Amino acid sequence: MPESSLTSLEALAAIVPDDALLAVPKDSSGVAMAATRELVRRGIRGLHLICVPTSGLQAEILIGADAVRTIETSAVTLGEFGPAPRFVEALRDGLLRILDSTCPAVYAGLQAGQKGLPFIPLRGLIGTDVLGNRPDWKVIDNPFAPGDPIAVLPAIRPDVALFHATLADRYGNVFIGRERELLLMSQAARRTLVTVEEITDANLLEDDARAGAVLPAIYVTRIAVAKYGAWPLGLLDRYPIDETALARYVSMARTREGFASFVADWPDQQRAAA
Amino acid sequence: MSEEYSQSELLIAVIARLLVGSQHVAVGASSPIPGSAALLARQLSNGAMRVSVLGSRRNNFFTNGGVELFDLAAQGRIDAFFLGGGQIDGQGNINLVGTGPYPRTDVRWPGSFGSAYLYFLVPKVILFREEHTRRVMVPKVDFVSSPGVSAPGVYRPGGPYALLTSLGLFSFDKSTQRFRLDSVHPGHSVEEILDNTGFDFDRSQKVPMTPAPDQHVLDLIRGPIRGEIAETYPRFAASWGE
Repeated sequence: MPESSLTSLEALAAIVPDDALLAVPKDSSGVAMAATRELVRRGIRGLHLICVPTSGLQAEILIGADAVRTIETSAVTLGEFGPAPRFVEALRDGLLRILDSTCPAVYAGLQAGQKGLPFIPLRGLIGTDVLGNRPDWKVIDNPFAPGDPIAVLPAIRPDVALFHATLADRYGNVFIGRERELLLMSQAARRTLVTVEEITDANLLEDDARAGAVLPAIYVTRIAVAKYGAWPLGLLDRYPIDETALARYVSMARTREGFASFVADWPDQQRAAA
Repeated sequence: MSEEYSQSELLIAVIARLLVGSQHVAVGASSPIPGSAALLARQLSNGAMRVSVLGSRRNNFFTNGGVELFDLAAQGRIDAFFLGGGQIDGQGNINLVGTGPYPRTDVRWPGSFGSAYLYFLVPKVILFREEHTRRVMVPKVDFVSSPGVSAPGVYRPGGPYALLTSLGLFSFDKSTQRFRLDSVHPGHSVEEILDNTGFDFDRSQKVPMTPAPDQHVLDLIRGPIRGEIAETYPRFAASWGE
């Protein structure tokens, strides 16, 4: 298997083009923050960000850095740290297009993408302003039981899926544990980029106890090692969220200037935390 | 707050009573009080109830990622769930998106999460919002993240079952499409609720007082339940009783 799937963080981030349909996971599933910093440093523009099914600091920072044209999400929140200030301001100023969604609709769209289907039906939704503001979603009559209206959603095929995990092997397989939506995201996406804490010499697929929790190399485009790559967010049982850094972010990001100075200091902050 | 128990403890006990008889209760994100209540209800059910707490390792048996909760709900395998709302109106509509004209809302909240789906599918949805003011309890929500009722013919096994706030407990009547005030929490009054509610609701001549939690329930809440919820909500468990 290609050793060449291993690359540097900079080279990995360079694969995400401007205007990409970029899928990223929720905070608790492993967020590639170090790679996000690289995207911001590069000045990426025009992203259509698909949050699977929500996002927090990652979406907030990409929005603050003017990297996002459209965000498709069920929610953006910094959790205990409150509203995401750059996200809120960009919406208020009309600088960000939002496709408000609902969690199962994001998953369902990706499932259609994963299966190579054009669309997928989903319960709920009818009569909501979520559906009312999604011209790309439709309501049809159930063809098998007329008189049963049901929403249908187009498949989501991200150009790139990007996440951070604990472990990959030299063969390009990535251990995802219970975070099965990383598998869903990656199978629906055309390319998948993964940052990891470490690389093991063992082949993850040869261990039956772990193989079922592995994203196989066939779906993985590139892997880069990024120690503390989710910082300042946490990573599963590896390390907790850096509450000091989050609190500092929230106080600085109230203004555009404060945001810019947080982003400028970011690499030093990360080194200090690591 | 009373000397004998905190508001959180009262609300946990009230929710646990609402959950009696449910086989599987799921608790979403950012829900420490509903989470504690579900764990209490499980304890009181002598193991008959299953509880899934999102964000917990110990109290979450899902192995198929975030999608599993929604698949279970659509199959009818979840009996009770909790939703909130930045705005809630008298027809049970909830708004988790923001106030003012969409999409350039005056105030923007995080978003609808799973509400636009789960509210339709889970039979016993308990609306939980501690703040009970005219800012929250409005005549009509500005954005319908999810509606309280649906047109005939729309697949809708689920919907609002109760609305619990810091002031009182309401039930929802699907036939009249209105809330009914079932009880007022100790220390509060019907007048206070009328003053702070922007929509009409039904009530009997004499609205009873919400029963206080008994000593056995309080002991459980302060002992095993507090320990159990600390795994998912350490800050909440640490600030218990404040």
